[in-house]
Amino acid sequence: MKTAVGVFVLAALATLFALPSVLSAYYITLVLPAVAYAIALLGFNLLFGYTGLLSFGHALYVAVGAYGAAVLSSKLGIKSFELVLLLSGAAAVAAAIPVALLSVRYEKIFFGILTLAFGMLFHSFLFKFYDITGGDTGIRVLRPSLFGNEFKDLDKTAFLVGPFYYYCVGLLAILGFVMWRIVHSPFGLHLVASRENRRKSEYLGVRVRFFRLIAFSISAFYCAVGGAILAINTGQADPELAYWTHSGELVFMAVLGGFANFFGPLVGAFTFIFLKSELMGLTQFWRFWLGLTLIVIVVLFPRGLVGVGQDLWTRLHKR
Amino acid sequence: MSTILETVGVGKMYGDFVALDDVSLAIAEGELVSIVGPNGAGKTTLVNVLTGLLKPTAGLVRFRGQDIAGIGPVMLARRGMARAFQLVHIFPAMTVRQTIAVAVVSQEGKGLRFFSAVDDDRGVRDRVREVASIFGLERKLETEARYLSQGEKKLLDIASAFALQPEVILLDEPTSGVSSADKHGIMRNVVDAAKKAGVKAIILVEHDMDLVAEYSTRIVALTAGKVLADRPPAAFFSDPEIVAAIVGKMVGRLAKEA
Repeated sequence: MKTAVGVFVLAALATLFALPSVLSAYYITLVLPAVAYAIALLGFNLLFGYTGLLSFGHALYVAVGAYGAAVLSSKLGIKSFELVLLLSGAAAVAAAIPVALLSVRYEKIFFGILTLAFGMLFHSFLFKFYDITGGDTGIRVLRPSLFGNEFKDLDKTAFLVGPFYYYCVGLLAILGFVMWRIVHSPFGLHLVASRENRRKSEYLGVRVRFFRLIAFSISAFYCAVGGAILAINTGQADPELAYWTHSGELVFMAVLGGFANFFGPLVGAFTFIFLKSELMGLTQFWRFWLGLTLIVIVVLFPRGLVGVGQDLWTRLHKR
Repeated sequence: MSTILETVGVGKMYGDFVALDDVSLAIAEGELVSIVGPNGAGKTTLVNVLTGLLKPTAGLVRFRGQDIAGIGPVMLARRGMARAFQLVHIFPAMTVRQTIAVAVVSQEGKGLRFFSAVDDDRGVRDRVREVASIFGLERKLETEARYLSQGEKKLLDIASAFALQPEVILLDEPTSGVSSADKHGIMRNVVDAAKKAGVKAIILVEHDMDLVAEYSTRIVALTAGKVLADRPPAAFFSDPEIVAAIVGKMVGRLAKEA
C-alpha cells in the first residue's frame, strides 16, 4: 500500500508538471486555482478530517492571504512572492489565533457557528471599510517576482501558465510533504486521539485545546497560501473570497474528495474546480447540479471519491 | 507506608444536594483500595474529585502532598495519576498500537514533535509493544479498537492508562459489561501489570463483591455521600451491619436489574 501511495503521488506530480505542454493556456488557468485550493484544503483538512473540527469560516484565511498579497504588492511595493507568502501566512495565523482561542473551547455545531460568525464579520469589514479594503471592488494584485526573477519578457498569461504555474505545483508538493509529516507525527496522533474521544485523550495527557489551537493556526497558514495564489491568478483580491459560501465550497471540496483520507481533499479540489467550470459553461443551473452532486456523494459515497477509488482498487486486487 | 493520595474533609454540593459530606480517606503505597456503595452514594463524584476533574466545595485533595483539586485530566496525567473508565472509553477508529502510543507520546513528552513519524520512533514502538504484551494485546496491535471484543476494549482502556507509567491508577468498574468468567482474568492481569509497572496504589470502584473481597487491601464504603466504613476486607465482611447496609442494598439493586 505504501508503495502504491508513493507511485500515485509521483504520477500525479509528473502529470501536473507535464500539463502545460499538453493543455491549452485556458485549461492551465483552471488548474492553477485547483492547485491553490488543494493547498488550502491540505490545511483545512488538518482541522476537519484529522482534528474533527468543521470550520464554516475558513474562507476568512483564504481572503487574508489574497488581501495580504494585494496590500503587499500594490500598496507596499513588495514583489518577492516568497515574502508575500510568508507575510500573508503570518497575518492569517495572527488572525486565526484570537478566533481559535475562543472557538476551540467548543466542538461540533458550536465550533462551526463561531467560525462562521467570524468569517461573516471579516467579510463585512472588507465590504464596509472602503478606504482600507477598496470595498466591493477590492484591491488589485500585482505580478510578483519568483526567486527574485520578474519575468518581464512574458505577458500576463504566459507568466501565469508558465513560471508561476510550476512554482505553485512545487509549493503544493512541498506543503503536501510537510502536511504528510505533520499528520503522521506524534502531534498528529494526539490530534486524532482528541477527535476520537476528547475526555479519554485528556486523561492520557493530550493537551486538547492547545493542540487544536496549533492545528487551527497551521490550517490558516495553508489557506492564506492558497488565497495568495488565487489572488495573483485573478489579479484581484475581492470581498467575495471571504463570503461564507466560499467557506462552504471548502467544505464541499473536502467532502467530495473524502475527508477521511489524506489525499481526498486534494482530489476534491481538482474535481470541484473542473466540475464547476464545466457546469457553468453548460447550464445556468450549475448550482443545482453541484448541489445534487453533493447529495449523491453524501448519501451514496460518504467516503468521497477517494473512498470509491479505494473500493475499486481492493475489488480489482481480490480477483 | 507513606500516604500517596488523600482527601481531608471533602464535601461536594450540587445546589442544595449534598453529594459528598466530610469525606476523609488516605491511600498509601502498596494498597488496593476499593470504593463501594449503592447507586447514588457518591462514588462517581468522589472519583471525579480524586482525579482532579471536579473541584470540591469543601476540604482538600492531595496527591503526593500537593493540592490537586480541580487541576483537570491533563495535569493529572502529568503528575502521575491515570484513570480507566466505567463505560469503555477508547478511540474507535484507532488501532491498539496507536491508542497505546497516544499515552506513550505524552508520557515521554513528545506531543509537540511535528515532523517526525511516530511509527518510526523506536522508543515509542518498543514501549507500545511492551505495554501491549503485558495485557495480552500484542497480537491485536493493528486492530482498530472498535473491532475488539468487550473484554479486549476494557484491557486496552486500562493498558493505555498504564502506558502513562502512573504512580496511582484509578479503575472505575473495570469489569462491568464483561462476562463473569473474564472478570477475574482482567483483574488478575491488572494487578500483575501494576506490580510490574511500578504502580504504587490502585483505587478500584467495583460492584462485584467477589472481586472486591479477593483483591482489596482495604474497602471504603460510602452511603449518601458519607464514609460508612473504612477497613480491611476481613473486618468489612464480618460486620453484619455494614454488609447489610452496603452489600444488601447492592444485592437488592442487582436483583432489580435482573
